[in-house]
Amino acid sequence: MKLIFELGTDGQGTDLLPECDVPKADPGPFARSSAVRLPQVSEVELSRHYAALARRAHGVSDGFYPLGSCTMKYSPKINEELASMREFTGIHPLQPEDSVQGCLEVLARCETMLCEITGMDSMSFQPAAGAHGEFTGLLLIRAYHKSRGDEQRRKIIVPDSAHGTNPASAAMAGYEVVNLPSGPDGCVDLDALKQAADEKTAGLMLTNPNTVGLFDRNILDITKIIHDAGGLCYYDGANMNAIMGIARPGDMGFDIVHLNLHKTFSTPHGGGGPGSGPVGCKASLSRFLPGFLPNPCGSRYSLKRPPNSIGDVKAFYGNFLVVLKAYAYLLELGKEGIPEAARNAVLNANYMMSLLKGHFQAAYDRPCMHEFVITLEQEKKTSGISAADIAKALLDHGIHPPTMYFPLIVQEALMIEPTETEPRETLEEAAKVMNQILDEAQKEPSTIHLQPLHTPVRRLDEVAAARRPIVCYEYPQE
Amino acid sequence: MGSYVPNTKKEQEEMLRAAGFSSFDRLYDDIPADVRLNRELKLPSGLSEMEVRSSLEETGKKNHVFPHIFRGAGAYRHYIPAFVKSTVSKEAFVTAYTPYQAEISQGLLQSIFEYQTMICSLTGMDVSNASVYDGAAAAAEAVAMCRERKRDTVYVSAAVQPQALSVIRTYCAGNGIKLVLVQEKDGRTDLEALDALPEEAFACFYVQQPNFYGCLEDCSAIARIVHNKGGKLILGCNPISLGILKSPGDYGADIAVGEGQPLGMPLSFGGPYLGFMAARKELMRRLPGRIVGQTADIDGKRGFVLTLQAREQHIRREKASSNICSNQALCAMTAAAYLAVMGARGLARAAESCMAKAHYLQEQLENAGCRRVHQGPYFHEFVTVCPPGLSSPQILKALEKQDFLGGLPLDDSRILWCATEMNTKTEIDQLVQIIKEVAEA
Repeated sequence: MKLIFELGTDGQGTDLLPECDVPKADPGPFARSSAVRLPQVSEVELSRHYAALARRAHGVSDGFYPLGSCTMKYSPKINEELASMREFTGIHPLQPEDSVQGCLEVLARCETMLCEITGMDSMSFQPAAGAHGEFTGLLLIRAYHKSRGDEQRRKIIVPDSAHGTNPASAAMAGYEVVNLPSGPDGCVDLDALKQAADEKTAGLMLTNPNTVGLFDRNILDITKIIHDAGGLCYYDGANMNAIMGIARPGDMGFDIVHLNLHKTFSTPHGGGGPGSGPVGCKASLSRFLPGFLPNPCGSRYSLKRPPNSIGDVKAFYGNFLVVLKAYAYLLELGKEGIPEAARNAVLNANYMMSLLKGHFQAAYDRPCMHEFVITLEQEKKTSGISAADIAKALLDHGIHPPTMYFPLIVQEALMIEPTETEPRETLEEAAKVMNQILDEAQKEPSTIHLQPLHTPVRRLDEVAAARRPIVCYEYPQE
Repeated sequence: MGSYVPNTKKEQEEMLRAAGFSSFDRLYDDIPADVRLNRELKLPSGLSEMEVRSSLEETGKKNHVFPHIFRGAGAYRHYIPAFVKSTVSKEAFVTAYTPYQAEISQGLLQSIFEYQTMICSLTGMDVSNASVYDGAAAAAEAVAMCRERKRDTVYVSAAVQPQALSVIRTYCAGNGIKLVLVQEKDGRTDLEALDALPEEAFACFYVQQPNFYGCLEDCSAIARIVHNKGGKLILGCNPISLGILKSPGDYGADIAVGEGQPLGMPLSFGGPYLGFMAARKELMRRLPGRIVGQTADIDGKRGFVLTLQAREQHIRREKASSNICSNQALCAMTAAAYLAVMGARGLARAAESCMAKAHYLQEQLENAGCRRVHQGPYFHEFVTVCPPGLSSPQILKALEKQDFLGGLPLDDSRILWCATEMNTKTEIDQLVQIIKEVAEA
């Protein structure tokens, strides 16, 4: 299809603003010498252009989306509507406190509810995404050690199964990363951890259930080893959907938590964002939190910066409208619905895993939490069928493929997370399709490498894209 | 209670048994008893959709939406075309994840490629990323891009928006970059002070155009000084102003960043907003975050993919150029839809109106005794000092009573005003009348 720059013609376009009703001001030497080059396209053509783009996108509303570690659950429509209320969208972030009490109430109540779910004591909504939350959490760890004059702690321990953002965030916070090899069961190797934890250890970053979809049974030992060495424990909340209302990071010994509201708490991901990655912590660390937090005083709230705050990681109070959607979701589900969602997420994952059994090899053959990993290592060796082949073949069936080649500790990995909002029927159909794809590929391995056949474009040359980058449209020379 | 679990209790029981579990509890056998929450959550019971709606409507009433806004300082009220809202609320855009599977995500990938191109046109740069969290985070990420082994000191103009400075400070504290403020003189960067800085260790200089006080900086001179020292110039810019003002590229900046909120995003109590980042070609591989590139499929058809991923955290882990993963994709699409429907003509009109209304407001305020503090040229914001006997809170309170959100109080006597195309002449005259009345009372 055409690019927006290939539509329209000189002089086309719509005038949406009135004539200016006051005298013009002259920018003088600051004026740009020629007009900005932007599309000149009529509104009807623009509207068709974006409609065509939407047809070439796949959202949760278009079909099954079992993208592991991303928790692509259904986003209730009511939340979108509430977040577009003028009473929230029309509020300037620097209005007087008295005129923003509704916004502060949303932040304060959401904080209380999420602290109860995570077992933390306070929370800042300033971080805009999971990785942003990780960076924030690590700065809290730094601030804590610094406040005790314990600045020799330069190391953050990260399991090799961790999401890439964990080591990247640790490096951004000025830490040296110690990669911890996982045990054969995909969990933390306690002996390796004991060896790694010492007086240089600032902390540990862990997600539990971990990235292979298993709950680490030794979690209390793990957090104790770190605490005994004088470090803090950071909980990456990417997989919180499995255990919300069932178990709390705070009770597992974690000191700091980030949540992904765009995963666990149903706010849609918008094709890459905006998300929200609030950071919660135990009371002893609250004084370091970033931004301004709503503080109840009498019947109203006031904004207060924590006394030893690390500062700001973003302007203002975070992605407020995203927080508002998560708050609405919490109100909808309530104390019954939260654990019910977690239980059904775990049930759906185990059910789907059972449907794939006999065809696909589970990376870890035991009950899983909200997601599980299968491996195509054998198929790759014997018949050349890779994880990417299975993923690409699924595209022709209107199913978004699972996460591919992650975690790194599993060869030819596909990570499947159905979420609780998928009906049994969908799981059964998807499993049937996957099993069929594998059966057919094993009979005739050569055909699968050509798939997909029916998508708007077929397999794309990523190597050429990176070698000779074209990242901006070049208008034809006139 | 609202529930979005589609399976009936009966289906759930059947599925449990089929998967080999005798009860829901057995699903969680791996969680040791001593870390289980063996009680109900202390949360209210779930509500129906109707109840949630009315609950949030009640909460919303505790906010006050000002019909007349003369405050900016990093968040700006502009006209949002109907086209923008209807475009970015399409479900396929709203409910997709990052476009990892290019074959079924061409719509998103192409929209990002179009966004990148428009940001390049606007800023006069060669390459743009797919967005970061906001303008302040974009500035902080840009600073991190400029660090080199022997150049580890960043200089920031004292006339930048305080939030941007605060975020840069936080990021620098994380990665050990030294931050030094360059003083301002009459609301603009003091060029003599900038010129006097040592060349050694000079990584970059960050300044905004227009700056926090609305003043227009002499960016050509700044670029000359910074480049003479072997440093890089990071220019923070207001995207609407670029409809009529020179671009960072025109000034020879190395990196352009800014807050994209004015491009179609409502005020929303500070977020979600949009951090845009663009740079000269030589810096392409240092840019953080997602970048979309053009390529071809096996049939030779044009297509788009996430590219240059060797910079990113999922490949490079602790050696990545940044940790960013999720960004502000839907906000980037908002900005692209805004720029497309406004076009160059519309954007220029918005910018001209902003500048004209601000100048009209300033003249009228001057008549009411609120003198402008600084001398030089400005875009759509400026600072005044209150007339003798009147304080910022007095003026602002009087305005609030009449439903006007006045400028941002900088202290007891100075106010930072902003006007945009949304402010009519009548409204401006009313505002000034209110101030005159307070002054007389």
